[in-house]
Parts: sequence; structure tokens; C-alpha cells
Amino acid sequence: MNMTAKANSRTPIKLGLFLLLCPILLWLFLLVILPQLTMLNISMQERVAPRVYEYSFSNFIEFFKEPLYWNTFLRTAIMSIIATILTLIIAFPISYYIAKMLRGRAKGLLFVLCLIPFWVSELVRTYGWMILLRESGVLSSFLQYIGLVDGPIEFLYTDATIMLGLVYSSMLFMVVPLTSTLDSLDDSYIEAGYDLGGNGFSVFWQIVVPHAKPAIVSGCIVVFMLTLGNYLTPILLGGKSSLWFTEQIFTQFITRFNWQQGSAFGVLLLSISSLIVWLGLKLSRQSFSKVMS
Amino acid sequence: MLNNVEFDLQCNNIIRQFDDFTAVDDVSFAIKKGSFFSILGPSGCGKTTLLRMLAGFDDPTSGEIIIKGKSMTGVAPNKRPVNMVFQHLALFPNMNVAENIAYGLHRQGINKVEIKHKVEQVLARVNLTGSGKKQIAQLSGGQKQRIAIARCLVLNPDVLLLDEPLGALDLKLREHMKVELKKLQQEFETTFIYITHDQSEALVMSDQVAVMNHGKFHQVGDPQELYYQPDDAFVAGFVGDSNKWSAKVIDVLPETLKVKTTTGLILYSNLIVDKPLIIGSEVEIFIRPEAVHISQTTSTTLQDNQLNVKVNNILFDGANSQLLVEERNSNEEIKVKLPQTAQFMHLKKGDWLQISFPADQVKTFPKLKQTS
Repeated sequence: MNMTAKANSRTPIKLGLFLLLCPILLWLFLLVILPQLTMLNISMQERVAPRVYEYSFSNFIEFFKEPLYWNTFLRTAIMSIIATILTLIIAFPISYYIAKMLRGRAKGLLFVLCLIPFWVSELVRTYGWMILLRESGVLSSFLQYIGLVDGPIEFLYTDATIMLGLVYSSMLFMVVPLTSTLDSLDDSYIEAGYDLGGNGFSVFWQIVVPHAKPAIVSGCIVVFMLTLGNYLTPILLGGKSSLWFTEQIFTQFITRFNWQQGSAFGVLLLSISSLIVWLGLKLSRQSFSKVMS
Repeated sequence: MLNNVEFDLQCNNIIRQFDDFTAVDDVSFAIKKGSFFSILGPSGCGKTTLLRMLAGFDDPTSGEIIIKGKSMTGVAPNKRPVNMVFQHLALFPNMNVAENIAYGLHRQGINKVEIKHKVEQVLARVNLTGSGKKQIAQLSGGQKQRIAIARCLVLNPDVLLLDEPLGALDLKLREHMKVELKKLQQEFETTFIYITHDQSEALVMSDQVAVMNHGKFHQVGDPQELYYQPDDAFVAGFVGDSNKWSAKVIDVLPETLKVKTTTGLILYSNLIVDKPLIIGSEVEIFIRPEAVHISQTTSTTLQDNQLNVKVNNILFDGANSQLLVEERNSNEEIKVKLPQTAQFMHLKKGDWLQISFPADQVKTFPKLKQTS
């Protein structure tokens, strides 16, 4: 291509690029940035008289004044971190087994088996757990049948049940990136680790984990965000005692019709999830762009 | 069983069976302390499987591996006194050069000061002083190669296994590394076992070469032996460049065999003492291009084989130049070495030459059964 042709083609390429980027830019602006900004705006308004609003931080102050709010807030954050760690601990051996131990058909089959539950909607899956765990459910009846317990047991509505549901619904998002990253770890690195005198422990911590680190961090970020923002699982499996922050937001918006307070909660939730993700990246010394690529 | 400590490594009747496929088929050998031993064979001949069994990543179906007089049966790879340089080196990308070398030393529980000292020492010996802080990605191909070897040698193994480590390098660097590897081996006086499909690598570097095919060792010997006295048709064909023909024995004379190729070229070859052949036996014959003498005048001194040929092609490659010539009666094509002397400078296509070679340069072997 000569210089003139190059110069002529420059403008159409730019236009083409712009048109191609249009959908994503629109999507980002209309569905992500605009609502967040609006929410930030609403959260800082206080109703002083019917249909009269003033800018103030009263909604945020209200959050800190009411222990239920910030207790729920902290509880949600801590439970989410625990759920993320549990998911990682459970998903890692599964991913390692699929990626490194299995070959050929068995590998693909097991990977698909991990995916299959996610073809069903989260609501249906959660109801599945309720059928298993409720007082008159499968597990309770079974324990009575084999004579281990005398009366029916309620397994639902405990923190452990919420954790179970959260870990279960996040598993996929940890297994997929881990499996594909571990799959890309050449066996010779592991063999070299053993060959040079390493044992299972040192090979795992010095060779496997450093290689899988970006996937571990990205899996954790996704799982943490999904868990923190999860609504269905804590409500259905935890019931009234779930005390999940999204439930507070729902209550403010829908039940109490207090959009200002709800928006303030939404902004707070976004802030804490950003803060924890940032801390996680700092602690693991990973950059966001590297982790997400 | 012989447990001689003079040998660093002994293999007794190693067999490795995968379902219905035998990758390594009854292989036995012993390697002297401090020697450079190569296993040469085409891809899929079982050499990698054999090496992995020596390293401990795979176990023989039967047979025994003995290193420095100790049986390795049931000994895990991290407990064996052998180290391996992997085909793609497997330097840990998350560690720098010094950390890579120190990895094995840390596992032995050596204190930090001594590790630092040893790392510097080994870096100096591979001519990479001061590279300890470099990341693996910053190194050139040849430097990576040397670090991979240093990472193993710093542990002072009894045997170093090398799995075609030069395969990924370009030609010039490969030539250079061949010499370097040989020097390193002599300097460290460690026993090297090198597997390769490249005969030149094996011949240049090794004290002993084993030629392997279909899971069996065809011949073990020093490079000269393999080149000049191949034991069978596979070795003759695989090591070095040869003219190769299928032929039939048409006469057995007191001193020589008379053989006829499928196209009708008649040649005289030496008798093979240990493998008597009868008239009508199917054989394969090999003649090295450099064993053929060419002349433009008809010579009167009688050689065993004298053929009149026409030049079909001149393949110029400096000192490795060859001629492709065609024999007058059978039209059989023969590769001969073209000496770069003034005498043949003006040779051109279509010229007639006389070529001659003694009967003992014609290697005749019974035809191998096709087993692939």
C-alpha cells in the first residue's frame, strides 16, 4: 500500500472503529455510568418537605447511626470474603484434578459436569436446595428414616446454609478460570520442581500457585462481587435471619419507598466492594488489567 | 547381577509396556562414570520414555535401573541423584535466574549464605557471572540453556539427563551449544545422558552413542564405530548420509558377495562373517557418498566396483557438495561427494565420469523386517 492510499484510508478506519465501539460505549454510559451517577445524586438528597429536596449527607449519617444497617453491611462483607475463600479452597483441587490429572474425554466430561448445574436458573437451583434442606425435606426425612434423629430437623435459615448456597452458586466462576490457567501450566514445570528435589508442598506453593495467581485473583474478584451483590440465595436459604445488605437496599427502595436511603446504601455497597477488590489486588501484588486479561 | 560402582548408571532388561504397545523393549546398558552418553533415534522410538524412567517420572513394567550401585525401583524423582534438563528447559518464569538455580539447593536445606555462594560459583562456571538478578524472559536462547544446565549441575547429580534441549535453537546457536555442552560436561565431570534425533549432535558430543528404534537398542558404540562399522541396516541408514538400495545376493564368491539392486545395478561387497548369506537373500546395501572415488579419466587400476556414470545434478554446498550421478546400464541414481578441487571445478550436467569404490565400502545387511 502506498502513502496516498494509506492517508485516504485513515478517516474511514477511524469512523469504522468509532461505529464498532458505539454499542459498548453506549452500554457503558447508559447502563453503568449514568445509573450510578444518578444514584449518587439521589443518595445525597434529603426530603425536607413533600416534593422538596435538599443536598445533604443525612442518608449516609443515618446509615452509621443505625446499628442494624452497618452491622448488616459488615456481616455481608465478611460473609462474602469467607464465601470467596471457601470457594477457592474447594474449587482449586477440582480444577487441578480436571486440568492436570485427567486426559481426553474424562477431562471434557468433568468440566461439562461442573457447568451443567448452571444451565438451570439460580432461582430453581436455590429451590432445589430448599427441597433438600427444609424441615420436611429430603435430608431431614432420610436422617429420620435411618434412625439417626427422632424428629424432623430444619437445616434452612442458618448462616451455614447461606454459605453453602453462596459457595455452590459461585463455584463455576472460580473453576472455569482456574482450570484454563492450570491447563496452560506445562507439566514439565511441575516435573522440574520434583526433579530438583521439591516435594508436593514446595512444588504447589512455588510453581503451581504463582502460575495460577492471576486466575486465583480474577476468580476471587468475580466470586466476591457476585456474592456481595447476591440477593436470591441469602433471602431464600437464610430467610428472615439472613441480614444481607442487598435485602436492606430492596427494603428501602420497594417496601419503604425511600429511594434516597436505598441509593445511599447502593453507593456504600459499591464503595466497599471496590475497596476490598483494591485491597485484594494490593495484597496479592497483581494489577487489575493483568488479572482480567 | 553385576553391581559395579565404576558405572554411574546401569539398566538391566528395562521393559515399558503401554496397553498393547511396547515403548521400551528389553533395553540393557551401563554407562561409565563421567562419560557423555547419547541415545539417538527417530521420534517415537521410545527414547523419551526411557529417559523419563531414568528420571523417575515413569516406572518400567519390568527391569531394574541402578544408579551408583543403588536400585532406583520405587525411588521418587525428588529422591534420585539424577537431574533433568527438559526439552523446553522449564525454567520457572516467576523466579529470576538466581532463584531458579537456588530452588534445588533450598530443597536440600542448605543455609542461605552457602546457597548464595554456590549460585555465584555455578554462574561463573557457565560464564554468566552477574546474571543472577535477571528475569528468565530477559535471557537469550543460549543463556537459558546454560541456566537450565547450571540449575541441575549446582545440585551435583550423579547423572544429568538432557531431553533434546537444543531442539528449539537456531542452527548457528545449536552448532555453538554442541561444543559448549561437551566442554561443560568435561569441566563438571558429570555423567551426561543426552537424547536426540539429530545424529550430528550425538556424534559430535558423545563418548558413547546408543542407536534406538522401536524400543530396542540397535547398536551401542563410540561415534566412529557407529559410522564406520554399523551393526545392521537401521544403524547404517540412520547414522550419516548413505546411498541405500534394496538388493538380492546373486553370487557368493570366496572373498566377496555379488549383489544386484532392484534396478539391476551389480555391485561387489565384502562377505559378512557373522551373518552368512545365501544366494537369493534379500539384502540392503549402503555406500557413503564420501567413500566413492570419482575420476574423469578411465583408470586402469582395477577396483572392486567400477561404474560409468553421467552427472545428473550438482548440489553445491561448500565442503559438503555432492553430485547426483546416474549409472549407465541400470539408471540407478548415486550420491557421491564432490571434492572442492580445481580438477572438478568445471564439471557440468551431462558429463561422463568413472566412479569406483572398494568392496569393503559397500555395507550389506540382511533386510530388516518392517515393523512399523
